[in-house]
Amino acid sequence: MRQALGGHRGWGPAWRDAAPQSQYDIIVIGGGGHGLATAHYLAKVHGICKVAVVEKGWIGSGNAGRNTTIIRSNYLLPGNNPFYEWSMKLWEGLEQDLNYNTMVSQRGVLNLYHSDTQRDAYVRRGNGMRMHGVDAELLDAAGVRRMLPFLDFENARFPIQGGLLQRRGGTARHDAVVWGYARAASDRGVDIIQNCEVTGFIREGERVAGVQTTRGPIRAGKIGLAVAGSTSRLANMAGLRLPIESHVLQAFVSEAIKPFIPGVVTFGAGHFYLSQSDKGGLVFGGDLDGYNSYAQRGNLPTVEDVCEGGMALIPAIGRVRLLRSWGGVMDMSMDGSPIIDRTPLQGLYLNAGWCYGGFKATPASGWCFAHLLARDEPHEVARAYRLDRFARGCLIDEKGMGAQPNLH
Amino acid sequence: MRIQCPFCGARDLSEFVYHGDASAHRPDSDAEDAPERFFDAVYLRDNPAGPHLELWYHGSGCRSWLRVHRNTLTHEILGVALAKSGSDAATPES
Repeated sequence: MRQALGGHRGWGPAWRDAAPQSQYDIIVIGGGGHGLATAHYLAKVHGICKVAVVEKGWIGSGNAGRNTTIIRSNYLLPGNNPFYEWSMKLWEGLEQDLNYNTMVSQRGVLNLYHSDTQRDAYVRRGNGMRMHGVDAELLDAAGVRRMLPFLDFENARFPIQGGLLQRRGGTARHDAVVWGYARAASDRGVDIIQNCEVTGFIREGERVAGVQTTRGPIRAGKIGLAVAGSTSRLANMAGLRLPIESHVLQAFVSEAIKPFIPGVVTFGAGHFYLSQSDKGGLVFGGDLDGYNSYAQRGNLPTVEDVCEGGMALIPAIGRVRLLRSWGGVMDMSMDGSPIIDRTPLQGLYLNAGWCYGGFKATPASGWCFAHLLARDEPHEVARAYRLDRFARGCLIDEKGMGAQPNLH
Repeated sequence: MRIQCPFCGARDLSEFVYHGDASAHRPDSDAEDAPERFFDAVYLRDNPAGPHLELWYHGSGCRSWLRVHRNTLTHEILGVALAKSGSDAATPES
């Protein structure tokens, strides 16, 4: 209030911009949502405050700033569901925990179905969710029509038969999540070191004892990687090959319009999802471009495909102008599920493979990675996210696509 | 992104299907260490940021399988060869 009257000239930095010390208990590489959440829970839950978060650019400049801000826990498989539901529970208490307005808005996530078989699959998913204590509601066409009367229900090829609704799902403000975690971690003594790129690992035999950075060597007892998108590049510096490919995913925002879409809606016959930001822009996206990429930008065929999906679902958005599109680099794992585990190298821990579901996982990813780093054992809800599950054949293949990372 | 197909010339990306890393080869299933080799071939990837040798299928064109050398940082196509030619070195001239 005082700032509003004073022209917003009196704000101070919300966290300390620290210089690197020579030694820490734990270094977390990657100052995105996951890395900062890990640091926050290390300090808050496990009382480990001599922690550094090392970020090559500025915090939140990677995928944390490039996602479409959707939060949900509508997962089917037993390895996934409890983890994402724990994340949803953390979202629900996040603002109180951080004392920061992360704009968590549980406005509902609706997945539409367009055929009998798809309805059966959604019934199964909904039942799986409810067996894990997650809310799920199956709507028929009339139920969807009450919520979103402007959808193309009579589409000749993909008539809308109904949808699976998770009312507790919704959106959050991505930047505020990063800043909230950063402030909370920094207040507990975590050093957030920006413009500090990791260029190599300090090895002592089989152990990793620190990192070489553009701001000098930093040593630590344990090192956690939370650099989704660039995981293979860093793992390569440590001599590891991982079951991960980097792919580009594009997202889009339209000009701001009056309140139009109350929640998040996804098209079941293609791949298209849409929500509306608090500023009024329609935020939407679709499939990966489909080829390996670190370019943080995509190509036009995917832009066309996403917009066609939007037009098939909501013809009314056809005259809304597209404001911006951008790309983010996704850590696509071979089964579409993440990895939170130790690596074969002592002292090096891995948080990776978030595919394009990383944002909603931010709190639980931080919680479980902090647990792993602090206690050297996996958290109960992240037990399935082992690195060796591929060799053992224990995949968590939510979409049933096999080892084709561009299809997950 | 356009790919210079040896038969069809420079064609738009939308005509092609991506099949991933061309360096992964099906291992000999009679080998002693076949399980480890299959794990390697099916799951592990170098995933380089830079030049990458990969397979593309020209499904909406001549239906050839192509071995494409492409920079994953810039999307620049460095070279294209027919996959059946067996040449791993899809050089910029080809």
